[in-house]
Amino acid sequence: MVSRTLSRLGATGLAAVAALGLLAGCGKGGGGGSAGGGDNGSLTLWTHNAGNAKELAADQQVVDDFNKSQSQYKVTVQSFPQDSYNQSVTAAAASKKLPCILDVDGPNVPNWAWAGYLSPLTGMDDTLSKFLPSVVGKYQDKTYSFGHYDVALAMYARPSTLQAAKIRVPSIDKPWTAAEFASGLKALKATGKYPVVLDLATGNTGEWWPYAYSPFLQSFGGDLINRSDYKSADGALNGDKAVAWATWFRSLVTDGYTPLKSSADPEADFLNGKSAILYNGSWGAEQARAKLGKDVVFVPPPDFGSGPKIGGGSWQWAVSSGCGNQDGAMAFMKFLAQDKYVASISEAAGTIPATDAAAAMVKGYEPGGDNDIFRQFSKKFAEVRPPTPGYPFIATEFTKTSQDILNGADPKQALDKAVSDIDANQKSNNYFA
Amino acid sequence: MTAHVAENIGRHSALAVGRRASAGRTVGGYALRIVLCLVFGLPLLFMILSSFKPDLEIFADVGSVRAFLPVGHLTLDNYTGVFDRVPFWQFLFNSVLISVVTVALGLVVNSMAAYALGRLRFRGRKVILAVILATLIVPFEVLALPLLWWVNKLPWLDANGFSLGWLDTYQVQILPFVANAFSIFLFYQYFDSIPKELDEAAVVDGAGFFRIYRTIVMPLSGPAIATVAILTFLPAWNSYLWPLMVVQSENLRPVMVGIDYFKQLNVSWGQIMAYATMITVPVLALFIAFQRAFINSIASSGVKG
Amino acid sequence: MSQSTMMRPPVPPDVVAPLKAPRSGRGRSQRAVAAWMLTPAAVLGTVFLLVPIALTFVLAFTNARLVSPEPMKFVGFDNFTRLFSDGTFWTSLANTVIFTIVVVPVQAGLALGLALLINVKMRGVNFFRTVYFLPVVTSMVVISMLWLFIYQPNGLLNGLLAKIGVHGPDWLSDTRTALGAIILMSIWQNVGFHMVIWLSGLQTISPSLYEASSLVGATTWQQFRFITWPGLRQTRTFILITITIAAFGLFTQVNIMTQGGPLDHTSTVVYQAVHTGFAQQQTAYASAISLVFFVIVLAVSLVQRYLTRDKDVAR
Repeated sequence: MVSRTLSRLGATGLAAVAALGLLAGCGKGGGGGSAGGGDNGSLTLWTHNAGNAKELAADQQVVDDFNKSQSQYKVTVQSFPQDSYNQSVTAAAASKKLPCILDVDGPNVPNWAWAGYLSPLTGMDDTLSKFLPSVVGKYQDKTYSFGHYDVALAMYARPSTLQAAKIRVPSIDKPWTAAEFASGLKALKATGKYPVVLDLATGNTGEWWPYAYSPFLQSFGGDLINRSDYKSADGALNGDKAVAWATWFRSLVTDGYTPLKSSADPEADFLNGKSAILYNGSWGAEQARAKLGKDVVFVPPPDFGSGPKIGGGSWQWAVSSGCGNQDGAMAFMKFLAQDKYVASISEAAGTIPATDAAAAMVKGYEPGGDNDIFRQFSKKFAEVRPPTPGYPFIATEFTKTSQDILNGADPKQALDKAVSDIDANQKSNNYFA
Repeated sequence: MTAHVAENIGRHSALAVGRRASAGRTVGGYALRIVLCLVFGLPLLFMILSSFKPDLEIFADVGSVRAFLPVGHLTLDNYTGVFDRVPFWQFLFNSVLISVVTVALGLVVNSMAAYALGRLRFRGRKVILAVILATLIVPFEVLALPLLWWVNKLPWLDANGFSLGWLDTYQVQILPFVANAFSIFLFYQYFDSIPKELDEAAVVDGAGFFRIYRTIVMPLSGPAIATVAILTFLPAWNSYLWPLMVVQSENLRPVMVGIDYFKQLNVSWGQIMAYATMITVPVLALFIAFQRAFINSIASSGVKG
Repeated sequence: MSQSTMMRPPVPPDVVAPLKAPRSGRGRSQRAVAAWMLTPAAVLGTVFLLVPIALTFVLAFTNARLVSPEPMKFVGFDNFTRLFSDGTFWTSLANTVIFTIVVVPVQAGLALGLALLINVKMRGVNFFRTVYFLPVVTSMVVISMLWLFIYQPNGLLNGLLAKIGVHGPDWLSDTRTALGAIILMSIWQNVGFHMVIWLSGLQTISPSLYEASSLVGATTWQQFRFITWPGLRQTRTFILITITIAAFGLFTQVNIMTQGGPLDHTSTVVYQAVHTGFAQQQTAYASAISLVFFVIVLAVSLVQRYLTRDKDVAR
C-alpha cells in the first residue's frame, strides 16, 4: 500500500519535472532568461513596482504607448517587489542576466557603471538638463541613468502640537536652527504627552539609514567620503564635524526623544498621536492630510550649520551593456523621458515630478500646490549620496556605524573604524580606477 | 525482533502513562497547560485578528489587550487588498507545485540512498556515509552565492530545446533541495529498525534488492516517510532567500516572496497580516487535519534516532 | 530489569552490519544495485552541495567580488588574516556559540517538560498538543515579523509587563536583552518540534517499568530519574544533534529583526557571511567566513558524535 503510494508519488514527481520543462518555457517567455535580452527586437524591462499597482500601471502605459508608436521593437515588463529588488537584481547582475532596461536605485548607478553592467545614455543631454540634478545618474562625466521623480524627506508635525509647546513653525527659508530644534524637543518632552518625541523611523533597515541620516551628517559639515577625489573617507566621516553629528545623534536617545528602534509603522504611530515629530518621506503626506486635515505641516529638517540637507536620488532607469539591442533600448529611453510620462509616473508613485513642465501637470505639485513644498525641498536641500562605485560598501558601513553610535558606541572610535574599513575597501578595489 | 516488541510496548504505554498521570488531572494542571496555550497561540491570534483591522488600529491596539480581541472596526478590506496587489493563486500554485515535487522526489531519492547505504554491502559505504553526515551541518544560506553562480552554468533540456543556465525556472527552486542529508539520515535510522531477517527471507525467495526495498522495506516505513515528507515540505513552502535570487518572472514566484509586495513606501501592515494568514492557514489546516497521524509518525520515527 | 535488553536501542550507524556477506554472485549484484540506487542522491548531492562547498573553498583564497570588472586572482591567506583580526567575526562567533549553548539545553529541557505535560490521558490534550506545535509549521519570516510587534518598546510584551507593574526594556535594542530576545523567540518557534520527538521517546518506555517501580514505592521523581531519563537516551542524542545544527545556522530571525545589532550583540557567523557576501559584495571574504564556519561546526559535530558513540560502547 505504502509502496504503491510511493511509486505513484515518484511517478508523479517525475511527470511533474517533465511538465516543469513546459511550464518553465512559458515562464521564460518574458525574455529575462536570455542574457541581456534584446534579440529580434524584443526588449525586457525590469521595474521595482510589483505590489504597487498604480505605478506599475503607469510604467505599463509607457511601454504600451512605445510598442504602439513603432513596429521595430517590443518591450515587455517584469516587476519585482521593491523591498528585495536590489537583492534580486544584484543576483541577476552577478549572473550576467540583466534585461535591456531596468530600474536602479540611484546611488548604486556608479557601482554598476564601473562594473560595466550599464551603457552610457547618449544624445539625451538636452532632455536631461531639464530634470532635477538629483535624479540623473552620472559616473566619470557620462550619464548612465535618469529618474522620473525624486522623493523628499521632511519633518511632520501638528501645528497644534508645536503651538502648545510654544515652538515656532519653521519655513523653507527659515528652518529650525540646531539650538531651536534642541529646545523644541525639550519642550515637547516636557509636555509628557508623547511616548516618542522625535520619531526618525529607526526601525527601518538597509538603505534607509544612509538615505535618511547621512544628510544630518552633511548638515553638520561632515560627509560619507571626501568628494574631491572619492578616494578616502578620512576627515569627512571621522573629523570633528562628524563626531559632533554622532554625539548629537546619540543624544537623541540618551535624552529620551528617540527610540532605538521605532515601531514597524512610524507614520501610523504619528497619526495615532504616539509621536510628536516624525521624519518621513513625501510619500506619506497624502495619508497624513487625509487623517489630520489642516493640522499637519511638513517642515525642513534643521540646519546644523551647513544648511538643511535631505537625500536626493530615487529610482532611475538605465540600459544594460549586455543588451543585444542597444538602439532599441536607447529609443525607448528617449521615449520614456517625455514630460507627460514624467508626470504620469510620478503622479502614480505619489512622488515629486523631476521636470518643471511635468510638475505643472500633476495635481498638488503645481506651484503653490499642496505638495509643492516637497519639490522645493528637493530643489533647495537635496544632496545625492556620493557617486562612487564604492557606495554600496560605504552604505552598509555607514548603516552599521550609525546604528552602533545610536546604541552607544564611542563616536570617534566607531567613525574611525568605519573610515578604516571604507578606505581598505577603496584600496582593495584600486580606488575604482 | 526488537522493533516489534518495542512497538507493542509503545502501544500500551500511552494507556499506562495515562493512568499514572491521573494526579496531573487537576485544576492546576489545566491552568498550566492553558497558560502555555496562550504563550504559543497568542502571537498567531494577533496575526489573524490584525488581518481584519485597518493599519492605524493595529498600531493603536499594540500594547493593550485589544490586540488580542476582535474589537474595533473589523473589515475584510485587507483581504481584498491582498488580491489586488498579489497574484495570490499563481503564487499558491507555484508553492504547492514546488513543495509537492520537492517532497515527492526527495522521498524517492533519499530513501533509495538510505537503503543502499544501510542494507547493501559495497566498498566505500562508510566513506559516503561519513560525507553525508558531515554535510548535515552546512546551512543553506552560506552556499547560496556559489550555488547561484553555479546553477547559472548548468545545462537543461526542455520543450524549448537545450539551454544553459537555470535562473528563472521551477527546477532551480526544486532540484537543489531534493537530496538531503537529514532525510537520508532519518531513513537510514528507520530502516535499521526493520528486521534484516525479512530481507534475507526474500532473498531466499529470489527477490532482487530493489524489489525488497520497494515491497518490504518501504511499506514498513510509513512513519519515516511521513516525517521526511513533513520536514521537506516546511522549508520548501517557506523558502524565501533563494527564490529572491534566482526568480525574475512573477509567474514563477513562491508565496513567501509575496510578503515583499506589501512593503512599499507606505507599508500595509494590515495586508501583510492578511497575506501571512493566507499563506499560513493552509499549512495549519493541513497540520490540524492530519495532526494525529503527523505527530504519531514523527513520534515513531524520531524514537529510532 | 530484563526489559533493558528488549529496549536496547538500535546500534549506532557505523556499527550496523549490512546484510551478511552474500553468496558469490550476489556481491556483484549488490554493488550494482547499490550503485544505481545511490546515483540520484549522489548526483544531486554533488551538484548542489559538494560543488558549492568546493567553490567556497576556492573562492576563499581569491579576491572575488560580487560586482566588479576586475578579473579574480588568488591572494593566498589574505582573507583569513583579515578575518582573524576582525572583531565582528569573533563577536559573531561568540554569539553563535552562546546561542547554541543556551538554546540546546533550554529548548531540549522545555520540550521535554511539554512532552511530559501532554503525555497524559486527559480531555483536551490533543488540542494542547496542536497549539504548542503551531509555531513549528509557521514560516520563520512571518514569525520574525510578528515578534517585532511583540518586542517593540510599546509592544505586546511590554504592554503585558506593564499590567504587573514592570517597565519592560526595549528588547531588541538593548545590548543586555537583544540576544536573549532572539533566543526566546527561537525557542518558542522550535520547541514544539522537539516536544514531539521527546513524546515519541516517552511512548517507547515500557509501562511495566513504571508499574514495577510503583510497587516498590518509587516517587515520581525517582521514576523520572531511573526509568524515564535512561529510557530516553537515544532520543537525547537525536535532539542534541538536531538542535545544535539548527542553532549554528541562526540567520533568518537576525536578518529580519536586528541585522546583527545592537553593537553586534546579535550578529552570528551565518548572518555575517551573508551580509558580507551579498550587501557588501565581498564574495571572497564571505567564502573565507563560511569556510572557517564549516571547519568549526564539523569539529563540533565530530566531538558530539565521539561523545555519543563513547556512551554506546560504555553500555
